[in-house]
Amino acid sequence: MAKELSPAPLPITNRRLQKKHSFKTLKEKWQLYALILPAFLFLAIFAYGPMYGVLIAFKNYIPSLGIWGSPWVGFKYFQQFFSSYYFWDLLRNTLGIQVYELAIGFPLPIILALAINELKTGWWKKFTQTVTYAPNFISVVVMGGMLIAFLDPSTGIINHLLGVIGIKPVSFMSDPRWFKTVYVLSDVWQQTGWGSIIYLAALAGVDPALHEAAIVDGASRLQRIWHIDLPAIVPTMVILLILNVGNLFSMGYEKILLLQNPLNLSSSNVIATFVYNQGLINGEYSYAAAVGLFNSAINAILLIVVNHIARKVSDTSLW
Amino acid sequence: MHTSKLIKDTPTDRIFLFVLYIFIGLAVLIVLYPLIYIISASVSSPLAVNSGKMWLWPVGFNLDGYKVILQYGDIWRGYMMTIFYTISGTMVSLFITIPCAYAISRRDFAGKKWFTNFMLITMFLSGGLIPTYLLVRNLGMLNTVWAIIIPNAVSVYNIIVTKSFFQSTIPWEMQEAAKVDGASDFQIFFRIVLPLSAPIIAVMALFYGVGQWNDYFNSLVYLQNKNLYPLQMVLRQILVLQDMQQGSATGSTISQSAAQAAFSKEQLVAVIKYGVMIVSSLPVIMVYPLLQRYFVKGVLIGSLKG
Repeated sequence: MAKELSPAPLPITNRRLQKKHSFKTLKEKWQLYALILPAFLFLAIFAYGPMYGVLIAFKNYIPSLGIWGSPWVGFKYFQQFFSSYYFWDLLRNTLGIQVYELAIGFPLPIILALAINELKTGWWKKFTQTVTYAPNFISVVVMGGMLIAFLDPSTGIINHLLGVIGIKPVSFMSDPRWFKTVYVLSDVWQQTGWGSIIYLAALAGVDPALHEAAIVDGASRLQRIWHIDLPAIVPTMVILLILNVGNLFSMGYEKILLLQNPLNLSSSNVIATFVYNQGLINGEYSYAAAVGLFNSAINAILLIVVNHIARKVSDTSLW
Repeated sequence: MHTSKLIKDTPTDRIFLFVLYIFIGLAVLIVLYPLIYIISASVSSPLAVNSGKMWLWPVGFNLDGYKVILQYGDIWRGYMMTIFYTISGTMVSLFITIPCAYAISRRDFAGKKWFTNFMLITMFLSGGLIPTYLLVRNLGMLNTVWAIIIPNAVSVYNIIVTKSFFQSTIPWEMQEAAKVDGASDFQIFFRIVLPLSAPIIAVMALFYGVGQWNDYFNSLVYLQNKNLYPLQMVLRQILVLQDMQQGSATGSTISQSAAQAAFSKEQLVAVIKYGVMIVSSLPVIMVYPLLQRYFVKGVLIGSLKG
């Protein structure tokens, strides 16, 4: 700003700035370091601390001996996990839910964004956005409560509505076959609108001149969406796809934990809930930490591989 | 949006628009219906709700559910705890996030690069649930309010969003000029940058605040003392656990009178259920439309940097 006001003495200002810089380097630097200090301490303790603590996966953790003092056991807990009868079930459930979610939950926000983008600016567009974003703010617990209430075989509204068209009551919550669908569709209900925001932003950046030219050339709306709008959001799609595929093994399990019951366990038991139950309920810390480490290791590898493929196939990648 | 008024829509376009409006209308309906149902159910007679007679508008209007909720001590204690956790947690989060984001937004900050890497690593690697739990336990935070406020106070993603805001909105020339005039970094941050940062502070307060308000998992892991439970944990007991307990109770053989008592209790729970959903979500629901553009802004700033 000062530069704009007085363009003439600019070189002097710069020289003076540099001089002061070297003069006050030490004196100035500590203040910026002081600003990052709280974040540094926080991450060092609560992000890097547990990374050290993950050592217990290779040890037989005994609280009184501490992390370092507990005896080493090598890969014992990993072997125990791989050879357990539930290993493949957990893997299948984790991947099953996530792939299901990706297949439905990934394209829907794109379609919704393309559709909203076609609406003329006005109250109806605003209303559509406000309504579809809203479920994002409903807490997991309320969502879980809603599902349990709505899907109840005798009192739930869904089964009453199904009864109207002659379908016998389904016990959605206790039937393992329904668990994944209930989980995925409720996620879609909650997240589709919110997920469309990022695509709408990319669509807002499309040059209107492209559409005008296409209209003059006689392109239909569908053709314009396909040839103009869609290419504009491809980079966003790729980034989100990388993140989604990379996170296949790090699912949010707070909702699963709420919806899980002994009857649907064969379908709802995923690696993350297994870690919770083994570690925090049964107190087998080392074993649970090993399973958790296995999970995050797969996750990191997956992310690197997917990012690599994305960089080869398209120009977009995370790093 | 498009300049389609210049040239008339072709018949295929009109069919397309028709399908489009049906699609959007359907989407709105699917989102809206459960929400309207909950509101109606919360003021209807439990019998009408459970039998399916109530399907859109209230049937047998009454406020019994809300009366019970008003006298339900646990809910109000949970409410107070949640307000406490939300305010104090958000303040801690902002205190850590904003200054750090400012420092790494400065292009002349020597430590910028390594600290950014130091942060990014934690987005991809983490110790996981169990080591984090043991850490919190070893720090003596277990079963204290600190366990809810501190260990999850910061999201690196939010720091990066805030950093992008500083880089894109606060002119670097202005800060440079202040520096030339002899301002220290603290002075630049507190006197120049912070007063211009109301939008991002609002966005971050909302993100952290709503996250804290809606969270139950940390309390599930770290708290045993029911007096410290936030609202979401109380809700979990009413909405999820009670339901399951009753599910198992009906499976066993019980005497007629006990069955009858369970029946009325079940109905009562059903009515409180919808009421508590509303009571607990009310603050967020009321705040959301007013602040929608801030939330959206937060998502958009985040998308700039990917």
